[in-house]
Amino acid sequence: MSEHALDHHHDDHAHHGPAKGIKRWLFATNHKDIGAMYLWFSFIMFLTGGALAMLIRAELMYPGLQLVDPNFFNQLTTTHGLIMVFGAVMPAFVGLANYMIPLMLGAPDMALPRLNNWSFWLLPAAFSMLIIAIIKSFLGIADAPNFGWTFYAPLSTKFGPASTDFFIFSVHMMGISSIMGAVNVIVTIFNLRAPGMTLMKMPLFVWTWLITAFLLIAVMPVLAGVVTMMLTDRHFGTSFFDAAGGGDPVLFQHVFWFFGHPEVYIMILPAFGIVSAIIPTFARKPLFGYASMVYATASIAFLSFVVWAHHMFTVGLPLAGNLFYMYMTMLIAVPTGVKVFNWVATMWRGAMTFEVPMLFSIAFVILFTIGGFSGLMLAITPVDQQYHDTYFVVAHFHYVLVSGAIFSIIAGVYYWLPKWTGRMYNEFWAKFHFWNSLLSVNLLFFPMHFVGLAGMPRRYSDYALQFADFNWWISIGGFWFGVSQLILLGILIQVCFRKKGAPVSDQVWEGAEGLEWTLPSPAPYHTFSTPPIVK
Amino acid sequence: MQSLPKRCLWAGLGLLAVTSQTALAAWQLDMTPGVTDISQEVFALHRTMLWWCVAIGVVVFGAMFYSMIKHRKSKGQQAAHFHESTTVEIVWTVAPFLILILMAVPATKLLIKMSDTSDSALTVKITGSQWKWHYEYLDYQGNTDISLAYFSVLSTPRDQIERPARASGLFPKGAAQDRYREDGNYPEAGEHYNMEVDKPLVIPTGRKVRFLITSDDVIHAWWVPDFAIKKDAIPGFINELWVNVPADKPGIYRGFCAELCGKDHAFMPVVVEAKTEAEFEQWLADAQEQQKQEELAAASSIDKTFSKDELMAEGEKAYLARCSACHQPNGQGLPPTFPSLVGSPFTVGDVANHIDIVKKGKNAMPGFAAVLTPKEMAAIITYERNAWGNVPADGVDVVQPRDVAN
Repeated sequence: MSEHALDHHHDDHAHHGPAKGIKRWLFATNHKDIGAMYLWFSFIMFLTGGALAMLIRAELMYPGLQLVDPNFFNQLTTTHGLIMVFGAVMPAFVGLANYMIPLMLGAPDMALPRLNNWSFWLLPAAFSMLIIAIIKSFLGIADAPNFGWTFYAPLSTKFGPASTDFFIFSVHMMGISSIMGAVNVIVTIFNLRAPGMTLMKMPLFVWTWLITAFLLIAVMPVLAGVVTMMLTDRHFGTSFFDAAGGGDPVLFQHVFWFFGHPEVYIMILPAFGIVSAIIPTFARKPLFGYASMVYATASIAFLSFVVWAHHMFTVGLPLAGNLFYMYMTMLIAVPTGVKVFNWVATMWRGAMTFEVPMLFSIAFVILFTIGGFSGLMLAITPVDQQYHDTYFVVAHFHYVLVSGAIFSIIAGVYYWLPKWTGRMYNEFWAKFHFWNSLLSVNLLFFPMHFVGLAGMPRRYSDYALQFADFNWWISIGGFWFGVSQLILLGILIQVCFRKKGAPVSDQVWEGAEGLEWTLPSPAPYHTFSTPPIVK
Repeated sequence: MQSLPKRCLWAGLGLLAVTSQTALAAWQLDMTPGVTDISQEVFALHRTMLWWCVAIGVVVFGAMFYSMIKHRKSKGQQAAHFHESTTVEIVWTVAPFLILILMAVPATKLLIKMSDTSDSALTVKITGSQWKWHYEYLDYQGNTDISLAYFSVLSTPRDQIERPARASGLFPKGAAQDRYREDGNYPEAGEHYNMEVDKPLVIPTGRKVRFLITSDDVIHAWWVPDFAIKKDAIPGFINELWVNVPADKPGIYRGFCAELCGKDHAFMPVVVEAKTEAEFEQWLADAQEQQKQEELAAASSIDKTFSKDELMAEGEKAYLARCSACHQPNGQGLPPTFPSLVGSPFTVGDVANHIDIVKKGKNAMPGFAAVLTPKEMAAIITYERNAWGNVPADGVDVVQPRDVAN
């Protein structure tokens, strides 16, 4: 099979193949190479951030401080959050975009291949700084950032450790990388569509990514702004966030969440696109409301700019402000509901089969909706006085990010892996991975609702005794979920490196539609050098 | 004489009653209804929201599971090809919108009610700092000359909290070697582990109490679940919140710091003691008197000279209470943020500098001039200059209160 895959490139294409050795990756301009690097990078970050989460859960398994001191605990939660948000979820979606958008649009490559290379290679540099910081702290040399992934001032400005400056530099690099990635996506979609591929014929994954890219361009500079203000507050005598100099610590939160809330949708809109591709395939029935899905995505993106202060219901906003942000936040439930109803209507009276991508997609719809319910509850300002900064919030955003965003990424990987490699993954192990992930993720995150409602605040290195029993089970769920992801690693190694697995047809999935399935499996190094005609 | 099975049944039921009562606390699933009118309304609204979500969930997931069971290819199902229906799409856009309005109306009413801080009988200023709360009584029924203020600090002993699983290495840094017990025989955690303080905030029941809340350093948040109030303490700004504990509900209510505020975020609980009005007024008078006596004692101690042994004994106690969270009981700190005091220039170097740091603070360390009496500071400084094998380079091994007060 491996011989066949290699021959494939040479037989079908007059173009030169990939460069040899390390140069292929360092100087990569091919969207498939860069997409693959993004995906492997994000998977490595997912395992790294997961390892930190294992330490957090080990400490929280019993009341008392058994393993880490509270300062190091805060560094663990900070680095875990930053790595998972910026290192695992976002680059995974960029990787899928790089690989799939040209294939879905009938384009030969991304529009700006060199920019593409640069935006990828910034990431390992950015994240090595964060990871070196936590390793140095582990060795007792210097403290890593310890102020939470939201890095509220003045904890991160006046009180931040020296490594905060490296953190700022690192965030700048991630931001530049994301903006360049977004520019590339937009230029590709607007310029490189095959003849006949009108905007309203684009697959939903492309649509959701187009909207995500605009969100990125709108808010990443705001993030860059807020960390720069931190930098000048720390070293150049400004007082943006210091009341003693006429500033306001709450200003930090406004600016941060003006970035932060759209960021949340940046991490979920592409997931909607993936699931909207997979469910119709395995229901063998077209997506129920394509146009309304596009409009719902755009509405969510628009609303994401006017809800940011719902993260700040306890900072003492005026009544009118609290009411406004409550209403706007509740409104998001409408387009989100439209999406969920659409997926259900797509499944309705289809002829469903339950291959692994479908299993993960269905789990996504259910668990993401549960996360949506707790989101709606959190939107209610008076009740949020009780939920705010408790494990209820932790449960909410892990439901939408782990069993939401990450499940959709895993679904997408299982869905397109045969197209990328020409080989089918091992069905038994993939199902084993699914069921273990599904059960463990719920054991891990569902009881967090209970301890949160019972009053356990988040970011606590130790807790009162009444939270002990659930925390033990949460930790068991955490270790189980963590170990389960090694199954995925094994499956990927088998398919990608050990070249194991049954060869697949070009169509791969019976009900799949779209240009990517017209290509040979595996997709050759260069595709659509001559654009296809879309009718 | 009861038969054996019958006795077993009774014993079993008794055991069940006992265990289910303790289990109830440990396996609490839902929010506390709390004790105030507001907290009970918050709880009711929370339950309403929860049931809305459950109802919607049953419908949506019900349809999904029905479809997953019925509409399978393996059952010979042929895929339908319908898509797009303007009617259906309008219905499922408008219906959620109407439900949201039903949810928003009571939420708005309750929020307006919660925001009304007017007409309070007592005003207390709450100041958060790393990692303790400070309560200052400002105004009780028009009397603004109360001059009562004190700190409220976690009282759970450190050896209940720190139970290192290993003697060496990073986990935990610093004091692991000293605290590690090979036999695993650590002291049992008490009933109110991590939720107990030396001096609780005391308020009257049946009266509206207003809190003005701010911070000395980073952002904290003051939260008592039984009152359903939570507000950020923001340095340089003042937030307001209020509570009215019903007259028939005196008692001790426990809460938390809810905003990440650094290392000991998890170790600065809130404890509020609600007393009946008469008891509160008695307590207030007593507390004022006690504070006056303490101030007098502190003032007179400035002129006294204490022996090194006296200062060392008091210093060790005060050091463990106030300093050891960061600098550790063995003085070795948690470098680099919390430096070691063993043989350090801060403790064995110039005494004036040592006094200055304790009074005014340095980097992450707050100043203690407002927190401790001169005698306590003198005792701590004396202790730090002599403990752990320290020998002061300038020969000054005893510091008297007057040295600190000047």
